[in-house]
Amino acid sequence: MSYARLNLGLMVLAAGLFILSLLVGPAGLGPVDSLRGLVAGGDEATMIIMREIRLPRALLGLCIGFSLGASGAVLQGFLRNPLAEPGVIGVSAIASLGAVLVFYSGVAGASRLALPAGALLGALAASAILLAVAARHGSTLTLILAGVALSSLAGALTSLVLSLSPNPFASYEIIFWLLGSIKDRSMVHVWVALPLMLAGWILILLAHKPLDALSLGEEAAASLGIDLARTRLMVVAGVALCVGAGTAVAGAISFVGLVVPHLIRPLTDRLPGKLILPSGLGGAALLLAADVAARIAIPARELNVGVVTALIGAPFFLWLVVRSRKDVF
Amino acid sequence: MELIARDLAVTLSGRTVLSGASVALRPGEVVGLLGPNGAGKSTLLRAIAGHVASEGAVTADGRDLKALPPSARSRLIAYLPQARTISWALSVRNLVNLGRMPWHGLGQGMSKSDTEICNDAMALMDVGHLADRVSTELSGGEQARVLAARAVAQDTPALLADEPASGLDPAHQLMMMGALRRLAARGRSVLVSLHDLTLAARWCDRIVVLREGRIVAEGAPGHVITPDLLAAAFGIRAHIAADVDGLSIVPVALTEQMSGA
Repeated sequence: MSYARLNLGLMVLAAGLFILSLLVGPAGLGPVDSLRGLVAGGDEATMIIMREIRLPRALLGLCIGFSLGASGAVLQGFLRNPLAEPGVIGVSAIASLGAVLVFYSGVAGASRLALPAGALLGALAASAILLAVAARHGSTLTLILAGVALSSLAGALTSLVLSLSPNPFASYEIIFWLLGSIKDRSMVHVWVALPLMLAGWILILLAHKPLDALSLGEEAAASLGIDLARTRLMVVAGVALCVGAGTAVAGAISFVGLVVPHLIRPLTDRLPGKLILPSGLGGAALLLAADVAARIAIPARELNVGVVTALIGAPFFLWLVVRSRKDVF
Repeated sequence: MELIARDLAVTLSGRTVLSGASVALRPGEVVGLLGPNGAGKSTLLRAIAGHVASEGAVTADGRDLKALPPSARSRLIAYLPQARTISWALSVRNLVNLGRMPWHGLGQGMSKSDTEICNDAMALMDVGHLADRVSTELSGGEQARVLAARAVAQDTPALLADEPASGLDPAHQLMMMGALRRLAARGRSVLVSLHDLTLAARWCDRIVVLREGRIVAEGAPGHVITPDLLAAAFGIRAHIAADVDGLSIVPVALTEQMSGA
């Protein structure tokens, strides 16, 4: 499949699922009324539902999905490891810890921006540590190990906060948030996350050429004129911006960043740089589809989208691995 | 382009692995780098290519290469590493096309002339018939030739190749050396590290011998490759025979010093 046709097809798929995400919800609005409420106003209740509930949710699904898919592709290419995913560098775990600390301190109720702010501070701290590691040490292995250390530390501290939690309700709230969701978000959340994600997307997409060269190892890439130190900083900063912003407004959504590059790779010529854009589009489509499924799977109770992505993604990924006689990458 | 390395020294983890190494590469020349394992051959190639921090100077036609950004350096020197790394299941054609990367600006794709250069590089390394195959499914020797074609496709005035002939069958060893000679005939300069003494003696214009990080001999193969040098540098005794095509060197025994070790 040609690169342009693949991207166009995925764009149409993501756009279709974006519109479907706008049309599905418990309010039971008809498609025409929904879209009229979104674009032209009209009935105030419909307008509020469309503009303040469904639109931010669909926009976050699109942007966070794109961020996760593209981040997964860029990390797999950069680390030359098919198991890499956005969580591997530890930013999402530290961002989650930041949000959990906000829950624990009790300031979460004071402002709806308190949680994102806590998570962003966490992402910022993790990024600063990673960038310092990336700048000081040349090895990608060091970067992975630093990410593993950060994730483990964040996991342990999150467990500590949970165990010290003053009441079971607070623990329940924390666990629920950690599962990841884009439900009940507002346009404020979109405006908080979008600029950071945009900056992350630019950095990630600019790394496409170095990633192609890195297919042949670091020495061959350097011989092809790639500035490895700069590439390392671009990838770490780009992924940290994308994942930090996404976690800040939606919690940790797993599996999209791991599985999407594997789904898309067989449709490409396997150059890692050319996987970034289609993986982003595929990630957007997958997260939007999972979010629609989360709303309609059990009518009485809405699921967390993070649970749905893992529930759909993990068996599908296993099937893909088993079906393929050759290496899936 | 005249590539000159002067007094290169490299220290890794506090250990000096290269010191006082000076090499000059002139256009049209194939220079062979010989020495036992750990002598510093790869380090010297890396230091000239700028992939390891070194003391000393590297100049190309008088220009300081160390002061150039990696992108500018990659249009002057192609480096073929000893490690044969291919991380993804790229087609041979796509892999060789990566050699054109230094010549492309942001968003610029392969031009017709880029494709011609890559086709020529694949033909030179006898991998044209593999163009549509998946590189990770090829044999080790085929992969080595594909990766060499990538370095040739970079189309730089100088090529530094680290053991390009190792792991190749005899016919393709000769083909590889013939390809390097043809590049030299086109005005390129080639610095190649080798373990096969006969290949080095027959195909290289000059030989540079390293031992323990220092250059211990340099000159025409017939002058450099002597029983004394082989004993001192490699710790071997060898039969050396000469015919119209050059020397044949057959290692037959370790020196007493080496067998004692």
